[in-house]
Amino acid sequence: MSSFWSAWIIVLTLAFLVGIIWLLRWNMSNYTGIKEGELMDHEFDGIVEINNPLPRWWMILFWITIVWGFVYLALYPGLGNFAGLLGWSSSNQDVRSLEESQQATAAAREAGLIVEYDRQVDQAEEKFGPVFAALSERPIEELAQDEEAVKIGQRLFLQNCAQCHGSNAMGGKGFPNLTDNDWLYGGSPAAIKHSLMEGRNGVMPAQSQFNDQQITELATYVMSLSGRKVDPELAKAGKANFMVCTACHGQDAKGNQALGAPNLTDNIWLYGSSQEAIEETLRNGRNGVMPAWKDILGEDKIHVISSYVYGLSQE
Amino acid sequence: MSKNVKHDFVEKRVGWLAVLMTIAISIGGLVEITPLLFQKQTNEPVVGLKPYTALEMEGRDIYIREGCSNCHSQMIRPFRAETERYGHYSLAGEHVWERPFLWGSKRTGPDLARVGGRYSDEWHYVHLMNPRDVVEDSNMPAFPWLAENKLDGELTAKKLEVFRSFGVPYTDEDIAGAQAAVKGKTEMEALIAYLQVLGTGLTQAE
Repeated sequence: MSSFWSAWIIVLTLAFLVGIIWLLRWNMSNYTGIKEGELMDHEFDGIVEINNPLPRWWMILFWITIVWGFVYLALYPGLGNFAGLLGWSSSNQDVRSLEESQQATAAAREAGLIVEYDRQVDQAEEKFGPVFAALSERPIEELAQDEEAVKIGQRLFLQNCAQCHGSNAMGGKGFPNLTDNDWLYGGSPAAIKHSLMEGRNGVMPAQSQFNDQQITELATYVMSLSGRKVDPELAKAGKANFMVCTACHGQDAKGNQALGAPNLTDNIWLYGSSQEAIEETLRNGRNGVMPAWKDILGEDKIHVISSYVYGLSQE
Repeated sequence: MSKNVKHDFVEKRVGWLAVLMTIAISIGGLVEITPLLFQKQTNEPVVGLKPYTALEMEGRDIYIREGCSNCHSQMIRPFRAETERYGHYSLAGEHVWERPFLWGSKRTGPDLARVGGRYSDEWHYVHLMNPRDVVEDSNMPAFPWLAENKLDGELTAKKLEVFRSFGVPYTDEDIAGAQAAVKGKTEMEALIAYLQVLGTGLTQAE
Protein backbone atom coordinates (compact mmCIF):
# COMPACT_ATOMS: atom_id res chain seq x y z
CA MET A 1 0.00 0.00 0.00
CA SER A 2 1.37 3.44 -0.82
CA SER A 3 2.32 5.60 2.14
CA PHE A 4 -0.40 8.06 1.20
CA TRP A 5 -3.20 5.52 1.57
CA SER A 6 -1.56 4.07 4.63
CA ALA A 7 -1.50 7.53 6.23
CA TRP A 8 -5.07 8.15 5.06
CA ILE A 9 -6.30 5.07 6.90
CA ILE A 10 -4.26 5.75 10.04
CA VAL A 11 -5.26 9.41 10.32
CA LEU A 12 -8.96 8.81 9.68
CA THR A 13 -9.15 5.83 12.03
CA LEU A 14 -7.32 7.48 14.91
CA ALA A 15 -9.11 10.81 14.42
CA PHE A 16 -12.41 8.99 14.56
CA LEU A 17 -11.47 7.17 17.77
CA VAL A 18 -10.29 10.41 19.34
CA GLY A 19 -13.53 12.08 18.22
CA ILE A 20 -15.57 9.40 19.93
CA ILE A 21 -13.58 9.81 23.14
CA TRP A 22 -14.20 13.55 23.04
CA LEU A 23 -17.93 13.02 22.42
CA LEU A 24 -18.18 10.56 25.25
CA ARG A 25 -16.35 12.77 27.74
CA TRP A 26 -18.44 15.75 26.74
CA ASN A 27 -21.63 13.82 27.34
CA MET A 28 -20.46 12.56 30.71
CA SER A 29 -20.33 16.01 32.24
CA ASN A 30 -23.46 17.85 33.22
CA TYR A 31 -23.04 21.00 31.16
CA THR A 32 -26.68 22.10 31.29
CA GLY A 33 -26.61 23.75 34.70
CA ILE A 34 -29.68 21.73 35.67
CA LYS A 35 -29.50 19.18 38.45
CA GLU A 36 -30.00 15.52 37.66
CA GLY A 37 -33.62 14.48 37.79
CA GLU A 38 -34.97 17.99 37.28
CA LEU A 39 -36.98 19.27 34.33
CA MET A 40 -35.09 20.55 31.29
CA ASP A 41 -37.66 23.24 30.32
CA HIS A 42 -38.19 21.21 27.19
CA GLU A 43 -41.79 20.39 26.51
CA PHE A 44 -43.73 19.24 23.50
CA ASP A 45 -47.41 18.25 23.50
CA GLY A 46 -47.26 17.84 27.24
CA ILE A 47 -44.25 15.56 27.10
CA VAL A 48 -41.36 16.87 29.21
CA GLU A 49 -37.66 16.01 29.29
CA ILE A 50 -35.87 15.30 32.54
CA ASN A 51 -32.10 15.71 32.84
CA ASN A 52 -31.01 12.10 33.09
CA PRO A 53 -27.38 11.02 32.79
CA LEU A 54 -26.40 8.28 30.36
CA PRO A 55 -26.62 4.90 32.15
CA ARG A 56 -23.38 4.09 33.90
CA TRP A 57 -23.12 0.46 32.69
CA TRP A 58 -23.59 1.67 29.13
CA MET A 59 -20.81 4.25 29.50
CA ILE A 60 -18.47 1.61 30.89
CA LEU A 61 -19.19 -0.71 27.97
CA PHE A 62 -18.49 2.17 25.61
CA TRP A 63 -15.13 2.83 27.24
CA ILE A 64 -14.25 -0.86 27.10
CA THR A 65 -14.96 -1.01 23.37
CA ILE A 66 -12.75 2.02 22.78
CA VAL A 67 -9.89 0.52 24.75
CA TRP A 68 -10.39 -2.76 22.89
CA GLY A 69 -10.24 -0.81 19.61
CA PHE A 70 -6.79 0.54 20.49
CA VAL A 71 -5.54 -2.84 21.71
CA TYR A 72 -6.79 -4.56 18.56
CA LEU A 73 -5.22 -1.98 16.26
CA ALA A 74 -1.92 -2.38 18.11
CA LEU A 75 -1.89 -6.19 17.90
CA TYR A 76 -3.46 -6.92 14.52
CA PRO A 77 -3.06 -5.41 11.04
CA GLY A 78 -5.60 -2.59 10.78
CA LEU A 79 -3.75 0.68 10.60
CA GLY A 80 -2.60 0.95 6.99
CA ASN A 81 0.80 -0.62 6.49
CA PHE A 82 1.37 -1.23 10.20
CA ALA A 83 1.42 -5.02 10.46
CA GLY A 84 0.52 -5.20 14.14
CA LEU A 85 2.69 -6.26 17.07
CA LEU A 86 1.72 -9.94 16.76
CA GLY A 87 2.83 -10.17 13.14
CA TRP A 88 -0.44 -11.99 12.44
CA SER A 89 -2.34 -12.17 9.15
CA SER A 90 -5.12 -14.44 7.92
CA SER A 91 -3.56 -15.42 4.59
CA ASN A 92 -1.17 -14.27 1.88
CA GLN A 93 -3.47 -12.17 -0.24
CA ASP A 94 -1.11 -9.96 -2.22
CA VAL A 95 0.09 -12.69 -4.59
CA ARG A 96 -0.27 -13.17 -8.35
CA SER A 97 0.38 -16.87 -8.88
CA LEU A 98 0.70 -20.18 -7.06
CA GLU A 99 4.46 -19.70 -7.14
CA GLU A 100 4.19 -16.31 -5.45
CA SER A 101 1.81 -17.81 -2.94
CA GLN A 102 4.42 -20.42 -1.98
CA GLN A 103 7.13 -17.76 -1.85
CA ALA A 104 4.98 -15.61 0.44
CA THR A 105 4.45 -18.60 2.74
CA ALA A 106 8.19 -19.26 2.86
CA ALA A 107 9.02 -15.58 3.39
CA ALA A 108 6.53 -15.28 6.26
CA ARG A 109 7.97 -18.39 7.89
CA GLU A 110 11.49 -16.99 7.54
CA ALA A 111 10.44 -13.70 9.12
CA GLY A 112 8.66 -15.48 11.95
CA LEU A 113 5.27 -14.00 11.02
CA ILE A 114 2.06 -15.84 11.78
CA VAL A 115 -0.05 -16.54 8.71
CA GLU A 116 -3.13 -18.18 10.14
CA TYR A 117 -3.92 -20.23 7.03
CA ASP A 118 -0.35 -21.51 6.70
CA ARG A 119 -0.40 -22.41 10.36
CA GLN A 120 -3.51 -24.50 9.88
CA VAL A 121 -1.90 -26.25 6.93
CA ASP A 122 1.30 -26.91 8.87
CA GLN A 123 -0.63 -28.37 11.80
CA ALA A 124 -2.52 -30.67 9.46
CA GLU A 125 0.67 -31.63 7.66
CA GLU A 126 2.27 -32.54 10.98
CA LYS A 127 -0.64 -34.78 11.78
CA PHE A 128 -1.51 -36.33 8.43
CA GLY A 129 1.74 -35.91 6.49
CA PRO A 130 3.55 -38.87 8.07
CA VAL A 131 0.46 -41.06 7.60
CA PHE A 132 0.31 -40.41 3.86
CA ALA A 133 4.09 -40.47 3.47
CA ALA A 134 4.19 -43.92 5.08
CA LEU A 135 1.34 -45.14 2.88
CA SER A 136 2.91 -43.75 -0.28
CA GLU A 137 6.03 -45.86 0.26
CA ARG A 138 4.16 -49.14 0.28
CA PRO A 139 3.15 -50.80 -3.00
CA ILE A 140 -0.43 -50.36 -4.18
CA GLU A 141 -1.10 -54.13 -4.18
CA GLU A 142 -0.20 -54.25 -0.50
CA LEU A 143 -2.28 -51.21 0.45
CA ALA A 144 -5.31 -52.76 -1.23
CA GLN A 145 -5.19 -55.46 1.48
CA ASP A 146 -4.66 -53.02 4.35
CA GLU A 147 -7.88 -52.26 6.15
CA GLU A 148 -6.77 -48.83 7.34
CA ALA A 149 -5.55 -47.79 3.89
CA VAL A 150 -8.77 -48.98 2.28
CA LYS A 151 -10.76 -46.87 4.72
CA ILE A 152 -8.74 -43.76 3.88
CA GLY A 153 -8.91 -44.56 0.19
CA GLN A 154 -12.67 -44.99 0.31
CA ARG A 155 -13.09 -41.67 2.10
CA LEU A 156 -11.06 -39.88 -0.54
CA PHE A 157 -12.88 -41.75 -3.29
CA LEU A 158 -16.28 -40.73 -1.98
CA GLN A 159 -15.25 -37.10 -1.74
CA ASN A 160 -13.56 -36.79 -5.10
CA CYS A 161 -14.43 -39.64 -7.44
CA ALA A 162 -17.99 -40.63 -6.59
CA GLN A 163 -19.45 -37.66 -8.48
CA CYS A 164 -18.73 -39.50 -11.74
CA HIS A 165 -18.03 -43.13 -10.84
CA GLY A 166 -20.78 -43.35 -8.22
CA SER A 167 -20.51 -44.03 -4.51
CA ASN A 168 -20.43 -47.79 -5.25
CA ALA A 169 -17.78 -47.16 -7.96
CA MET A 170 -20.01 -48.86 -10.51
CA GLY A 171 -20.09 -45.83 -12.80
CA GLY A 172 -22.91 -45.02 -15.16
CA LYS A 173 -23.44 -44.17 -18.78
CA GLY A 174 -20.22 -42.54 -19.94
CA PHE A 175 -18.45 -43.11 -16.63
CA PRO A 176 -16.61 -46.41 -16.30
CA ASN A 177 -17.49 -49.08 -13.77
CA LEU A 178 -14.37 -49.58 -11.64
CA THR A 179 -15.43 -52.85 -10.04
CA ASP A 180 -15.69 -55.14 -13.09
CA ASN A 181 -12.01 -55.69 -13.92
CA ASP A 182 -12.56 -54.42 -17.44
CA TRP A 183 -10.14 -51.56 -18.02
CA LEU A 184 -9.99 -49.00 -20.79
CA TYR A 185 -6.46 -47.93 -19.91
CA GLY A 186 -5.23 -50.95 -18.00
CA GLY A 187 -5.92 -52.22 -14.52
CA SER A 188 -2.39 -52.56 -13.23
CA PRO A 189 -1.60 -50.43 -10.16
CA ALA A 190 0.72 -48.27 -12.26
CA ALA A 191 -1.89 -47.73 -14.99
CA ILE A 192 -4.59 -46.81 -12.47
CA LYS A 193 -2.29 -44.36 -10.73
CA HIS A 194 -1.33 -42.84 -14.08
CA SER A 195 -5.02 -42.37 -14.97
CA LEU A 196 -5.56 -40.53 -11.70
CA MET A 197 -2.42 -38.40 -11.86
CA GLU A 198 -2.48 -37.30 -15.48
CA GLY A 199 -6.09 -37.87 -16.47
CA ARG A 200 -7.22 -39.60 -19.68
CA ASN A 201 -8.91 -38.51 -22.85
CA GLY A 202 -10.51 -41.19 -24.98
CA VAL A 203 -11.72 -40.00 -28.36
CA MET A 204 -14.05 -42.04 -30.52
CA PRO A 205 -14.35 -40.06 -33.76
CA ALA A 206 -17.74 -39.62 -35.42
CA GLN A 207 -18.01 -41.91 -38.45
CA SER A 208 -19.61 -39.36 -40.71
CA GLN A 209 -18.30 -41.05 -43.86
CA PHE A 210 -20.97 -43.76 -43.52
CA ASN A 211 -24.61 -43.41 -44.48
CA ASP A 212 -27.49 -44.54 -42.26
CA GLN A 213 -27.65 -48.03 -43.77
CA GLN A 214 -23.92 -48.53 -43.32
CA ILE A 215 -24.09 -47.32 -39.71
CA THR A 216 -26.86 -49.82 -38.98
CA GLU A 217 -24.84 -52.61 -40.58
CA LEU A 218 -21.72 -51.67 -38.69
CA ALA A 219 -23.56 -51.46 -35.38
CA THR A 220 -25.07 -54.89 -36.04
CA TYR A 221 -21.63 -56.34 -36.69
CA VAL A 222 -20.26 -54.74 -33.50
CA MET A 223 -23.11 -56.32 -31.54
CA SER A 224 -22.30 -59.70 -33.05
CA LEU A 225 -18.74 -59.45 -31.70
CA SER A 226 -19.86 -60.08 -28.15
CA GLY A 227 -21.86 -63.10 -29.21
CA ARG A 228 -25.28 -61.53 -29.42
CA LYS A 229 -27.89 -62.80 -31.84
CA VAL A 230 -28.16 -60.47 -34.82
CA ASP A 231 -29.29 -60.49 -38.42
CA PRO A 232 -26.39 -62.33 -40.10
CA GLU A 233 -26.90 -60.53 -43.42
CA LEU A 234 -26.58 -57.09 -41.82
CA ALA A 235 -23.59 -58.18 -39.74
CA LYS A 236 -21.83 -59.54 -42.77
CA ALA A 237 -22.34 -56.27 -44.61
CA GLY A 238 -21.07 -54.37 -41.58
CA LYS A 239 -17.93 -56.46 -41.30
CA ALA A 240 -16.68 -55.01 -44.58
CA ASN A 241 -16.55 -51.54 -43.07
CA PHE A 242 -15.12 -52.66 -39.72
CA MET A 243 -11.64 -52.25 -41.21
CA VAL A 244 -11.83 -48.57 -40.24
CA CYS A 245 -12.44 -49.50 -36.60
CA THR A 246 -9.52 -51.92 -36.32
CA ALA A 247 -7.07 -49.02 -36.24
CA CYS A 248 -8.02 -48.43 -32.62
CA HIS A 249 -10.07 -51.44 -31.56
CA GLY A 250 -7.68 -53.93 -33.15
CA GLN A 251 -8.08 -56.74 -35.71
CA ASP A 252 -9.62 -58.93 -33.04
CA ALA A 253 -11.81 -56.05 -31.76
CA LYS A 254 -10.34 -56.56 -28.29
CA GLY A 255 -9.45 -52.90 -27.94
CA ASN A 256 -6.21 -51.12 -27.20
CA GLN A 257 -5.39 -49.90 -23.73
CA ALA A 258 -2.75 -47.50 -25.01
CA LEU A 259 -5.53 -45.52 -26.68
CA GLY A 260 -8.33 -46.29 -24.27
CA ALA A 261 -10.17 -48.06 -27.09
CA PRO A 262 -12.63 -50.46 -25.46
CA ASN A 263 -12.81 -54.18 -26.00
CA LEU A 264 -15.88 -54.74 -28.21
CA THR A 265 -16.14 -58.47 -27.57
CA ASP A 266 -16.84 -58.56 -23.83
CA ASN A 267 -20.39 -57.23 -23.73
CA ILE A 268 -19.45 -54.36 -21.39
CA TRP A 269 -20.73 -51.09 -22.76
CA LEU A 270 -19.73 -47.66 -21.51
CA TYR A 271 -22.35 -45.81 -23.53
CA GLY A 272 -25.11 -48.39 -23.66
CA SER A 273 -25.54 -51.75 -25.38
CA SER A 274 -28.67 -51.12 -27.44
CA GLN A 275 -28.48 -50.90 -31.22
CA GLU A 276 -29.61 -47.32 -30.87
CA ALA A 277 -26.82 -46.42 -28.43
CA ILE A 278 -24.14 -48.07 -30.56
CA GLU A 279 -25.40 -46.28 -33.65
CA GLU A 280 -25.33 -43.00 -31.73
CA THR A 281 -21.71 -43.68 -30.78
CA LEU A 282 -20.83 -44.35 -34.39
CA ARG A 283 -22.71 -41.36 -35.73
CA ASN A 284 -21.64 -38.68 -33.23
CA GLY A 285 -18.49 -40.11 -31.73
CA ARG A 286 -17.66 -40.03 -28.02
CA ASN A 287 -15.24 -38.05 -25.94
CA GLY A 288 -14.41 -39.60 -22.59
CA VAL A 289 -12.49 -37.35 -20.23
CA MET A 290 -10.94 -38.31 -16.93
CA PRO A 291 -9.58 -35.11 -15.36
CA ALA A 292 -6.02 -34.99 -14.03
CA TRP A 293 -5.90 -34.97 -10.22
CA LYS A 294 -2.25 -34.53 -9.36
CA ASP A 295 -2.53 -30.76 -8.87
CA ILE A 296 -5.69 -31.06 -6.83
CA LEU A 297 -4.92 -34.04 -4.56
CA GLY A 298 -1.16 -34.56 -4.79
CA GLU A 299 0.64 -37.84 -5.38
CA ASP A 300 0.43 -39.29 -1.87
CA LYS A 301 -3.35 -39.18 -1.71
CA ILE A 302 -3.63 -40.44 -5.29
CA HIS A 303 -1.47 -43.39 -4.32
CA VAL A 304 -3.97 -44.33 -1.62
CA ILE A 305 -7.00 -43.81 -3.89
CA SER A 306 -5.28 -45.93 -6.57
CA SER A 307 -4.96 -48.76 -4.08
CA TYR A 308 -8.64 -48.46 -3.19
CA VAL A 309 -9.67 -48.55 -6.86
CA TYR A 310 -7.28 -51.41 -7.54
CA GLY A 311 -8.75 -53.35 -4.65
CA LEU A 312 -12.33 -52.94 -5.93
CA SER A 313 -11.87 -55.49 -8.68
CA GLN A 314 -9.53 -57.86 -6.84
CA GLU A 315 -12.08 -59.73 -4.78
CA MET B 1 -33.91 26.20 28.06
CA SER B 2 -30.26 26.37 28.84
CA LYS B 3 -27.95 27.85 26.26
CA ASN B 4 -25.51 25.04 26.88
CA VAL B 5 -27.65 22.43 25.16
CA LYS B 6 -25.76 22.50 21.89
CA HIS B 7 -27.39 19.47 20.29
CA ASP B 8 -30.47 21.64 20.01
CA PHE B 9 -28.75 23.05 16.97
CA VAL B 10 -28.80 19.86 14.90
CA GLU B 11 -32.06 18.63 16.31
CA LYS B 12 -33.87 21.63 14.92
CA ARG B 13 -32.03 21.93 11.57
CA VAL B 14 -32.63 18.78 9.51
CA GLY B 15 -30.24 19.88 6.75
CA TRP B 16 -27.35 20.11 9.18
CA LEU B 17 -28.39 16.85 10.77
CA ALA B 18 -28.20 15.12 7.38
CA VAL B 19 -24.78 16.62 6.57
CA LEU B 20 -23.25 15.66 9.90
CA MET B 21 -24.73 12.17 9.79
CA THR B 22 -23.35 11.64 6.30
CA ILE B 23 -19.88 12.62 7.49
CA ALA B 24 -20.10 10.34 10.49
CA ILE B 25 -21.17 7.25 8.57
CA SER B 26 -18.78 7.94 5.66
CA ILE B 27 -15.69 7.38 7.79
CA GLY B 28 -16.05 3.59 7.61
CA GLY B 29 -16.31 3.63 3.82
CA LEU B 30 -13.46 6.10 3.45
CA VAL B 31 -11.21 3.87 5.53
CA GLU B 32 -12.37 0.44 4.35
CA ILE B 33 -13.40 0.94 0.72
CA THR B 34 -11.73 3.98 -0.85
CA PRO B 35 -8.10 2.81 -0.44
CA LEU B 36 -8.98 -0.54 -2.08
CA LEU B 37 -9.89 1.28 -5.29
CA PHE B 38 -6.25 2.24 -5.63
CA GLN B 39 -4.46 -0.93 -4.49
CA LYS B 40 -2.35 -3.19 -6.70
CA GLN B 41 -3.74 -6.16 -4.81
CA THR B 42 -7.31 -5.46 -5.87
CA ASN B 43 -6.65 -4.06 -9.35
CA GLU B 44 -3.94 -6.20 -10.89
CA PRO B 45 -5.00 -9.56 -12.35
CA VAL B 46 -3.24 -12.79 -11.38
CA VAL B 47 -0.57 -13.84 -13.89
CA GLY B 48 -2.63 -16.43 -15.78
CA LEU B 49 -5.96 -14.61 -15.90
CA LYS B 50 -7.51 -14.49 -19.36
CA PRO B 51 -10.59 -12.51 -20.34
CA TYR B 52 -13.69 -14.67 -20.83
CA THR B 53 -14.10 -15.77 -24.45
CA ALA B 54 -17.34 -14.78 -26.17
CA LEU B 55 -18.86 -18.20 -25.37
CA GLU B 56 -17.74 -18.10 -21.74
CA MET B 57 -19.17 -14.61 -21.40
CA GLU B 58 -22.56 -15.87 -22.64
CA GLY B 59 -22.25 -18.78 -20.23
CA ARG B 60 -21.63 -16.36 -17.41
CA ASP B 61 -24.85 -14.53 -18.24
CA ILE B 62 -26.75 -17.82 -18.20
CA TYR B 63 -25.17 -18.57 -14.81
CA ILE B 64 -26.56 -15.25 -13.61
CA ARG B 65 -29.94 -15.73 -15.29
CA GLU B 66 -30.52 -19.19 -13.83
CA GLY B 67 -29.59 -17.91 -10.38
CA CYS B 68 -26.71 -20.33 -9.87
CA SER B 69 -25.17 -17.97 -7.34
CA ASN B 70 -28.23 -18.37 -5.12
CA CYS B 71 -26.87 -21.79 -4.15
CA HIS B 72 -23.23 -21.76 -5.27
CA SER B 73 -20.55 -19.43 -3.99
CA GLN B 74 -17.40 -18.60 -5.92
CA MET B 75 -15.19 -17.70 -3.01
CA ILE B 76 -12.82 -20.12 -1.35
CA ARG B 77 -11.96 -18.76 2.07
CA PRO B 78 -8.45 -19.16 3.46
CA PHE B 79 -9.26 -22.09 5.73
CA ARG B 80 -7.63 -25.46 5.28
CA ALA B 81 -11.03 -27.14 5.50
CA GLU B 82 -12.01 -25.27 2.34
CA THR B 83 -8.76 -25.48 0.41
CA GLU B 84 -8.61 -29.26 0.95
CA ARG B 85 -11.85 -29.56 -0.91
CA TYR B 86 -11.73 -26.73 -3.42
CA GLY B 87 -8.10 -25.78 -4.01
CA HIS B 88 -6.09 -22.61 -3.32
CA TYR B 89 -8.09 -19.89 -1.61
CA SER B 90 -9.51 -17.16 -3.83
CA LEU B 91 -7.40 -14.10 -4.54
CA ALA B 92 -8.57 -10.57 -5.30
CA GLY B 93 -6.49 -10.66 -8.49
CA GLU B 94 -8.70 -13.41 -9.90
CA HIS B 95 -11.77 -11.19 -9.81
CA VAL B 96 -10.54 -7.85 -11.10
CA TRP B 97 -12.47 -8.22 -14.36
CA GLU B 98 -15.70 -9.45 -12.77
CA ARG B 99 -18.55 -6.99 -13.01
CA PRO B 100 -20.46 -7.81 -11.00
CA PHE B 101 -18.53 -10.46 -9.10
CA LEU B 102 -20.43 -13.68 -8.42
CA TRP B 103 -18.95 -14.57 -5.05
CA GLY B 104 -22.37 -15.37 -3.63
CA SER B 105 -22.94 -16.06 0.03
CA LYS B 106 -25.00 -19.24 0.05
CA ARG B 107 -23.65 -22.75 -0.23
CA THR B 108 -26.54 -25.10 -0.74
CA GLY B 109 -24.29 -26.64 -3.37
CA PRO B 110 -20.49 -26.69 -3.38
CA ASP B 111 -18.29 -23.69 -4.09
CA LEU B 112 -17.54 -23.32 -7.80
CA ALA B 113 -14.60 -20.92 -7.71
CA ARG B 114 -12.26 -23.66 -9.00
CA VAL B 115 -14.64 -26.09 -10.63
CA GLY B 116 -12.88 -25.58 -13.99
CA GLY B 117 -11.24 -28.80 -15.21
CA ARG B 118 -12.49 -30.78 -12.23
CA TYR B 119 -15.13 -32.68 -14.19
CA SER B 120 -15.41 -33.52 -17.87
CA ASP B 121 -17.70 -31.59 -20.23
CA GLU B 122 -19.75 -34.78 -20.54
CA TRP B 123 -20.22 -34.90 -16.77
CA HIS B 124 -21.45 -31.31 -16.70
CA TYR B 125 -23.88 -32.08 -19.51
CA VAL B 126 -25.35 -35.11 -17.75
CA HIS B 127 -25.37 -33.28 -14.43
CA LEU B 128 -27.15 -30.19 -15.74
CA MET B 129 -29.70 -32.30 -17.62
CA ASN B 130 -30.51 -34.19 -14.43
CA PRO B 131 -28.18 -33.95 -11.42
CA ARG B 132 -29.59 -37.19 -9.94
CA ASP B 133 -28.13 -39.16 -12.84
CA VAL B 134 -24.64 -38.70 -11.45
CA VAL B 135 -25.12 -37.55 -7.85
CA GLU B 136 -27.89 -39.67 -6.39
CA ASP B 137 -28.86 -37.49 -3.43
CA SER B 138 -28.39 -34.12 -5.12
CA ASN B 139 -31.15 -31.56 -4.55
CA MET B 140 -30.07 -29.33 -7.44
CA PRO B 141 -32.76 -28.60 -9.99
CA ALA B 142 -32.37 -29.89 -13.55
CA PHE B 143 -31.79 -27.41 -16.37
CA PRO B 144 -32.77 -29.39 -19.50
CA TRP B 145 -33.86 -26.35 -21.48
CA LEU B 146 -30.26 -25.19 -21.70
CA ALA B 147 -29.61 -27.95 -24.23
CA GLU B 148 -32.46 -26.75 -26.43
CA ASN B 149 -32.03 -22.98 -26.32
CA LYS B 150 -29.67 -21.72 -28.99
CA LEU B 151 -27.70 -18.49 -28.77
CA ASP B 152 -28.09 -15.92 -31.50
CA GLY B 153 -25.14 -13.88 -30.31
CA GLU B 154 -26.74 -10.57 -31.20
CA LEU B 155 -25.59 -8.86 -28.01
CA THR B 156 -22.35 -10.75 -27.47
CA ALA B 157 -20.11 -8.17 -29.15
CA LYS B 158 -21.84 -5.42 -27.20
CA LYS B 159 -21.19 -7.26 -23.95
CA LEU B 160 -17.49 -7.60 -24.70
CA GLU B 161 -17.36 -3.91 -25.60
CA VAL B 162 -18.91 -2.96 -22.29
CA PHE B 163 -16.39 -5.09 -20.45
CA ARG B 164 -13.59 -3.55 -22.49
CA SER B 165 -14.74 -0.15 -21.27
CA PHE B 166 -14.25 -1.53 -17.74
CA GLY B 167 -10.63 -2.29 -18.58
CA VAL B 168 -10.82 -5.94 -19.69
CA PRO B 169 -8.21 -6.32 -22.47
CA TYR B 170 -10.42 -7.47 -25.36
CA THR B 171 -8.95 -6.95 -28.81
CA ASP B 172 -10.88 -5.61 -31.80
CA GLU B 173 -10.76 -9.13 -33.27
CA ASP B 174 -12.34 -10.59 -30.12
CA ILE B 175 -15.23 -8.19 -30.48
CA ALA B 176 -15.58 -8.53 -34.25
CA GLY B 177 -15.66 -12.33 -33.98
CA ALA B 178 -17.89 -12.48 -30.90
CA GLN B 179 -21.19 -13.19 -32.60
CA ALA B 180 -19.74 -15.80 -34.95
CA ALA B 181 -18.12 -17.53 -31.98
CA VAL B 182 -21.40 -18.15 -30.17
CA LYS B 183 -24.10 -18.20 -32.85
CA GLY B 184 -25.87 -21.54 -33.04
CA LYS B 185 -24.21 -22.87 -29.91
CA THR B 186 -26.57 -24.04 -27.17
CA GLU B 187 -26.83 -22.35 -23.82
CA MET B 188 -25.61 -25.64 -22.36
CA GLU B 189 -22.34 -25.38 -24.28
CA ALA B 190 -21.91 -21.78 -23.18
CA LEU B 191 -22.52 -22.56 -19.51
CA ILE B 192 -20.17 -25.55 -19.56
CA ALA B 193 -17.48 -23.44 -21.26
CA TYR B 194 -17.88 -20.88 -18.47
CA LEU B 195 -17.77 -23.49 -15.69
CA GLN B 196 -14.68 -25.11 -17.17
CA VAL B 197 -12.69 -21.87 -17.02
CA LEU B 198 -13.56 -20.93 -13.44
CA GLY B 199 -10.50 -20.63 -11.24
CA THR B 200 -8.06 -21.77 -13.90
CA GLY B 201 -6.41 -18.34 -14.12
CA LEU B 202 -4.48 -19.17 -10.97
CA THR B 203 -4.15 -22.94 -11.10
CA GLN B 204 -3.39 -23.47 -14.77
CA ALA B 205 -1.21 -20.45 -15.50
CA GLU B 206 1.50 -21.25 -18.04
